[in-house]
Parts: sequence; C-alpha cells; structure tokens
Amino acid sequence: MSQDSLPSILRFDHVTVAFGSDVALADVSFEAFEGESRVILGASGSGKTVLLKTALGLVKPDSGEVFAFGQNLTAMSERQLFDIRSKIGMLFQESALFDSLTIEENVAYPLLNQKSIHCAPGQVLPRVEETLEFVELGGTLEKFPSELSGGMKRRAAIARAVVTEPPLVLYDSPTAGLDPITAHTIITLLIKERDVKQTTTLLVTQRYQDGNLIANFRYNSKQGCLEPARNGAGRAMRTTFMVLREGRLIFEGGQDELEESKDPYISKFVKQRV
Amino acid sequence: MLDLLKEPVLAVQEFFLLAGRAIGNVFRSPHYHDDIALQMDTIGVGSLLIAALTGFFSGAVMALQMARALSSYGQMGKTGTLVSIVLVRELGPVLTAIMVAGRNSSGMASELGSMKVTEQIDAMRALGTDPIQKLVTPRLIATAVMLPLLTIIADFVGVFGGWVISYVFLHLDSRLYWSTSWRALEWNDITQGLLKPFVFAFAIALIGCFYGLRTTGGTQGVGRATTQAMVAANVMIFILDLLMTKVFVWQAS
Repeated sequence: MSQDSLPSILRFDHVTVAFGSDVALADVSFEAFEGESRVILGASGSGKTVLLKTALGLVKPDSGEVFAFGQNLTAMSERQLFDIRSKIGMLFQESALFDSLTIEENVAYPLLNQKSIHCAPGQVLPRVEETLEFVELGGTLEKFPSELSGGMKRRAAIARAVVTEPPLVLYDSPTAGLDPITAHTIITLLIKERDVKQTTTLLVTQRYQDGNLIANFRYNSKQGCLEPARNGAGRAMRTTFMVLREGRLIFEGGQDELEESKDPYISKFVKQRV
Repeated sequence: MLDLLKEPVLAVQEFFLLAGRAIGNVFRSPHYHDDIALQMDTIGVGSLLIAALTGFFSGAVMALQMARALSSYGQMGKTGTLVSIVLVRELGPVLTAIMVAGRNSSGMASELGSMKVTEQIDAMRALGTDPIQKLVTPRLIATAVMLPLLTIIADFVGVFGGWVISYVFLHLDSRLYWSTSWRALEWNDITQGLLKPFVFAFAIALIGCFYGLRTTGGTQGVGRATTQAMVAANVMIFILDLLMTKVFVWQAS
C-alpha cells in the first residue's frame, strides 16, 4: 500500500467500532498518503460516516488504532485532539452549520476557536470573505443558514471546513439530497479545493459518479473549470477507491480494478455510472 | 435483570460525569462570557414575568386560605406571618423552580437535542470547542445565578399578593400585615429560601442539558428528550426539596 516515500496522513490499523451490539466498523485497515484522494463508497449504514468521525477522533474505536499525521488519536484526550483536528477539515452530511450564527460567523468559527490557528483579528474577515468567494458564496455573509438553499448550505459548510487551509479534508456525502446540477457544482468545488490547495481528500459517497469525477478530472485554475485527467495524470497522486459493506472494507484499489470487480455489491455502485 | 439495570446505571453515570465536567469547567478557561450573559437574559429576564405571576397568585391564594383557617382561632392577624414563612421556605423556591424547569429545562433539552441530531455538537468538537464548556457550563452558571434572584422577586411579589388580599378583602391593617410578615422570618428561613433555588438550578440546567446531549432519533427524539427533561427536572426538584427541608428542620430543632 505504500505510495513511494510520501508521508502517511491517516492510518487505520484494525479498527473496530461498535455501538452496543451494532458493529459499525469491523477490523478496518488502510493508509492514506499526502496528496491522495480516497473515495469511500458504501450503502446507507455501511459505516462510512463512522469511519470519517473515527478519523477525526469524534468516535473512539473499541479496538485498533487510528493515526493522523503520525499521532495516535486513540491514546489522546479530547483536549489533546483539538490540535490534530485543526489540521483536518470536515464537511458533515447535513452541513451542520450553527443555526444561531450568520454565515460569516460560521466560517469564522474555526479561525477564532481553534487554539493552534493563529489568525490576527484583523485578518479574520478578509479570510472569511476570500473563502466564501472561493466557494462562490460572496454576498451571503450576513445571512443565516436557514435563509440558504441546500446547495448553498453545503458550500458554506465547505468554506467553514477549508477556511483554516487544513492539509486533510473529509467530506461526508457532500452531494446527498442535491439535484444533479448542484451535486456537480459541489464536486467541482471539492476538486478545486484539492487541486488549488493541494489537500489530501477523503470523500464518502453513495454515488459512483462523484468518485468518477474526483478520479478523472482536475481543476484548471486558468480557465476556472474542470478538465479530464484520467487517473490523476498531471497530478502527483492517483485516486484510490474503497468500498464498505456492513462495516467491513471489502475493496481497496484503483478505478480500473473497481470496475472489473465481479462482486455483485461493488458492481451495483459501478453501474450507477452516467 | 442485570441487562435491565445496565442502561439506567449507565445513564446515571453519564449524568454525573457531565455534571462533574460542567462544574469543573467553571474554574477552567476558556470562559464564554457572551454565552453566559445570553443565557442569563433568556433564563432570568425571560422568566421574570412568569415567576412574578406565580409568586403573586400563590401569595394571594395562601392569604385567602390561611385567613380562613386562622379566623377559627381568632388569629387572622397572623396571616402575614404564615404567608411569608410558607412562601420564603417552600412555595417561592419550589414554584419558581418548577416554572423555570418547565420553561428552560425543556428549552435546553430541545435546543441541544436539535444541535445533536443535526451534527452541530460534532461540528463544534471538530472545530476546536468543548461542547460542555460552550453549551452546558454557561447554562449552569446562568441558572445558578438567576434562579435565586427570581425566587427573591417571587417571594416579595407573593407577600405583596397576600397583602392585596388581606387589605382589600380581609380588611386587615397594612402595618400589621407587613410587620408580622417581616418579623416571622429568621435567618434559617432566608438561608433555605436561597439555598434551595441554588441547588434546584443545578438540577434544572444539568438535567436539561443531559437529555439534550443524549438525544437520538431525529425530531421525534428531540420531542422525547424535551418531555423527559421537564418531567425529570420537576421530580428532582421535589426530591431535593424534601431532602433539604429535612436537613433544615433537623438543624433548626
């Protein structure tokens, strides 16, 4: 699994997570390297969200170990985890924007509250504005989340996740419940973030099309649009696909291997391709 | 049998862990002063009218009932004494706490429950904030400060309500009513009248936040958490009241 000599960003080592008698993750092991994109496919309840929350230290594994940036998250207290979390951006499934705060306050939140992020008070607003422009949401600073559409909320949540420029970004079903056009816009933003900021990306999704775009397109910052780049050509890293089924990691590999798989569960996802 | 006990025992353990962390955070930075002020406004100023109304009517009813009972002994002049003692020792703290529990314990459970089911609590943790420090401790501090103050107001308005009834309907002398009301109170009464709401505040805030933070199951779960919080807070107020009254009665004797 080693990717030449690139540093490991995230490593799961025989991780098992259970809630009572329900096993959410069963003996999951994988390693993500700097600059890599990982697309995690799986049906509802297969453990995708739990995997991302475990990577962030929000859920403690019952057994096994999780390493992020070389540090063992399983051995850390909640307060020690705050430092690691400042290096990881997370887009939650339902955006999870704070209802009582404006979009400006939501996006400024990590800049003001993460201890290891040292942002001068005068720099907070310019960075918030710049990030909201990046996700094409300039002009919504004073609005509350309830005033935005589903797609706009998702973009505001992406802005909040990346405003601190974390080297690792986790996206939990960013296109769930969105129409195809908005879903395409969201994935374009993810690719833009990945290619412009050179971040390591973990994308959890039920839609194979999202993974297909991540794997085969790159962002052309001169023209401001996506362009084909099969298997990350023109980029240092390729995209790795993972498939979860009932908490078990049943596939890890490239897109070609995924498409050639005879496993009926995996085939169901690949057939969604449009 | 053991399986049946497992869940409630775990819940009690979680409650005390939450209580310990929330109280410990009072002495640990960061302190969210804006949130404390906002909660003081919501809990204190927001409950002012309801506390005053409860105090007024309970004082008025107390005067009517006590005057009727006392008149059979020819002691109607002692109405102020009984109204002030009963209000300051029992009715003021308990009724105000029940009103605040109904309004705020359920409010805390629904607010935090909604945040829990929409992953805002997880987002808070992901963005470098301890949800107990940010959400629970300010509510605890605000309730512990505001509930005794609300009780003082309810007590005073209650004695005033008793005076209105005594003066207008029972034709008692105003000076007699106020002097007997004032002279009836001892330090023991004042102490328990202020200590009780302070202790009730912990039950109201911590139970509301506890049920909110353990909400599961979407909007239905939020509704369930809200009801459970209110019922549990009210029951706990009565239990704590009995325990504290027993301690003060034992101490006075």
